Amino acid sequence: MKTNKWLLLVALSLVFSLVLAACGNKDKDEDKTAAPDKKDDKATEQPTEEAGEPDAEQVVSLIESAAIPSVDSAIVEDAVGFNVLNNVNEGLYRLNLENIAEPAMAAEEAEVSEDGLTYTFKLRDANWSDGTPVTAHDFVFAWQRAIDPATGSPYGPFMMSGVIKNATAISEEKMEKSELGVVAEDDKTLVVTLERPVPYFLSLMSFGTFYPQKEEFVTSKGDAYATNSDNLLYNGPFILTEWDGTGDSWVYKKNEHYWDAENVKLETINVDVVKDSATAVKLYNDGKKDRAGVSGDLALQYGTHEEAVHESDTAVFYFKFNQERNGEKTPLANVNIRKALAKSFEKEDLADVVLANGSTAANFLVPRDFAYDESGTDFRDISGDHLVYNAEEAKEYWAKGLDELGVTELEFEILGGDTELSKKMNEYFKAQLEGNLEGLTIKLKEVPFAVRLELDGNQDYDIQVSGWGPDFQDPISFMDLFVTGGTNNLMSFSNKEYDELIEATKDELALDPAARYEAFAKAEKILLEDEAAIAPIYQRGLIQLQKPYFKGLGIHPFGADHSYKWAYISGKE
Amino acid sequence: MVKYIGKRLVYMFLTMFLIATATFFLMQTLPGSPIASYNKLNETQRAIVEKKYGIDKPKPVQYAIYMKNLAKGDLGTSFVFKGKSVNDLLATRVKPSFILGAQAMVFGTLIGILLGMLAALKQNTIWDYGSTFFAILGVSIPSFVFASLLQYWVASQWHLLPVGLWNDGWKSSILPSIALAMGPLALSARFIRTEMIEVLSSDYITLAKAKGANGFEIAFKHAFRNALIPLVTVLGPVAAGIVTGSLVVEQIFAIPGIGEQFVSSIMTNDFATIMGTTLFFSALLIFIIFIVDLLYGIIDPRIRLSGGKG
Repeated sequence: MKTNKWLLLVALSLVFSLVLAACGNKDKDEDKTAAPDKKDDKATEQPTEEAGEPDAEQVVSLIESAAIPSVDSAIVEDAVGFNVLNNVNEGLYRLNLENIAEPAMAAEEAEVSEDGLTYTFKLRDANWSDGTPVTAHDFVFAWQRAIDPATGSPYGPFMMSGVIKNATAISEEKMEKSELGVVAEDDKTLVVTLERPVPYFLSLMSFGTFYPQKEEFVTSKGDAYATNSDNLLYNGPFILTEWDGTGDSWVYKKNEHYWDAENVKLETINVDVVKDSATAVKLYNDGKKDRAGVSGDLALQYGTHEEAVHESDTAVFYFKFNQERNGEKTPLANVNIRKALAKSFEKEDLADVVLANGSTAANFLVPRDFAYDESGTDFRDISGDHLVYNAEEAKEYWAKGLDELGVTELEFEILGGDTELSKKMNEYFKAQLEGNLEGLTIKLKEVPFAVRLELDGNQDYDIQVSGWGPDFQDPISFMDLFVTGGTNNLMSFSNKEYDELIEATKDELALDPAARYEAFAKAEKILLEDEAAIAPIYQRGLIQLQKPYFKGLGIHPFGADHSYKWAYISGKE
Repeated sequence: MVKYIGKRLVYMFLTMFLIATATFFLMQTLPGSPIASYNKLNETQRAIVEKKYGIDKPKPVQYAIYMKNLAKGDLGTSFVFKGKSVNDLLATRVKPSFILGAQAMVFGTLIGILLGMLAALKQNTIWDYGSTFFAILGVSIPSFVFASLLQYWVASQWHLLPVGLWNDGWKSSILPSIALAMGPLALSARFIRTEMIEVLSSDYITLAKAKGANGFEIAFKHAFRNALIPLVTVLGPVAAGIVTGSLVVEQIFAIPGIGEQFVSSIMTNDFATIMGTTLFFSALLIFIIFIVDLLYGIIDPRIRLSGGKG
């Protein structure tokens, strides 16, 4: 019998590792599983930063979860690609260790016109790795290239449309790319014109799609541009070496041409792709790697390890309640039924016992440790908790809902993932919901990610376990999902007041940060407390093993996962 | 012989053609688009990108174009690794896979033969039971279980060999090779044992014994050579076992090989790479089976390859 258990265990971990293998390659908007992939975000418990002197040898060895598909800033779409870009190139701004965007290629803070529509950036004296200066033209070229539909940039139109002037029209081939609202006034002055005021515009400037590209170099390389480490130019803290374009290992070396090279301590970063989480941990324990993510059953085992670092991620998972299926209203169109379901499962137990991977219970849509107002207050402290678990209230709503519908029994299907962790979680939901709500039958439908996306696209489900990770640092990245007709609102939810509030944050409130955050808080309350359009479940967390001598790693809530610029080794010897 | 080879080559091409066709159409049933960020692209971009990859055309046209390129040896462009041809992708990854596969094959069969002979010569002793038990384990436990066990004990606990990765020279290849070799080892041990026992009871062995040949001479000079013949026939399936085993074993040891690439290409709907790796593995197996059949004829003169209706 023992052998059987072993077999089962190994088979399970195998299945799990296969699923993980794909995570790194998918875009990170919608998360395919409840299983954490290697997308680490802002730390809740940073490793303690004792003021240790850096060692003489500054070499660190890290793991990525997938190979690099591309490092062309216009083409990059995956977590690994953005991470590499963030460390070998640099935009006008860069996220610092506190996750505030600060001038990087820009010499100083941008000059913003009164109407919030024109940003003027003065560039610092910085060079590419071939010794030539980085100019404003490099930005104009890169941005035009990204918005040009012929480039097929996944993030170009996605990030620029409705933000930078004429971006939408150009991406639909209705205008020439030269009409994009970005102009090089001279070699060192870049002027950007926006479509509307965008309060989070400067943090966007740290995002990979907005990095510069040197026209001469890109054109001369042609199709070979960015296909291996020799066919790239670098203006960031490190240069990429020993990357053959498809391989499972690469090396970062300190970039001596970088403007801030004196503050870069690491000399070499060796990276290997390891898709199997158990192997990653073994490499870590063997001293071959200085950091490794742990997931699944390993998380249970290593959660209390003395070198374990708990990090909170910015992906939030929730139930989507579909109000209209196959052209007909579902019982979920009844608000009391939705509220009953939303309040009838215990979230803390789910996070701590079922998931046990560093995730935390969520009574909100916009995650914690993600967006801050001007005084640095977390948006979560401005907007309160909604749809907190309460079995008694849930039962009342349920009775009321059933009464309104004139039925005594209801059956719903929960559409969820098919990984081990997802299955465990789905079982938990079934037990909790059925246990609390009399007359409810839950059927579980567990499918692979691609199938779930397809069913979501056809709005063919009752209740779906879904998730979202932000693309930029603003509550709108989440709040925009559920406006009437929104691309992610495939559940026929519509609330006029909600729509108006969201519209106002883009329009008349755009230049009033405090009122804007108030509006978001109000909208979040409508979405959750009043409407229970969705039911938040948890905010994803990650557990990482990290050697105590590896210090100063920057961990970011959106865009690239990590910055190695300030990282160093101290006390390894 | 020439006629036989010619005929076999025709069949081989036919088989490849059928595999390519079947894979092409099966692949279309995978849910989702091969373009990873499909949801992020706008209509204009989608049209341009689909045109670029040729997936805007009707399926039969896509099929025809693919087969035409395939005939020229062009496996197309990867959807995931932007701008990189599948040919290049495979070329950089073939070496680790080949080393592991070859080592596993050689090591597995050699040890298997020794174990099998031992079992046959010491029939119904503890040696026999021991190696039979070992063989049953090898056949019934998949290679990735051995991989995990070896990784845990030999590498993690005893620190004798690397846990994984492909950066420690030959040492990196030892554990994955052993894990992959378990199947072939067990299979050949069982085969050799059965054959040896049969051969050892045949008349010419009795005659050799009567003539006073010693045990060693009988075992190696007379029995072994004849017992070897049936083993050659299973080399084809053995190679297939190694290939399928490598899909997972490479992932466990983080080896940058083709098997690992095959798995991830399916996960990402990378059509061109799925096709490329499938065809590569198929071609390899078909070729091995062909060689085995040829060998069979050479080793055992009783088998006439030219016999059209044999």
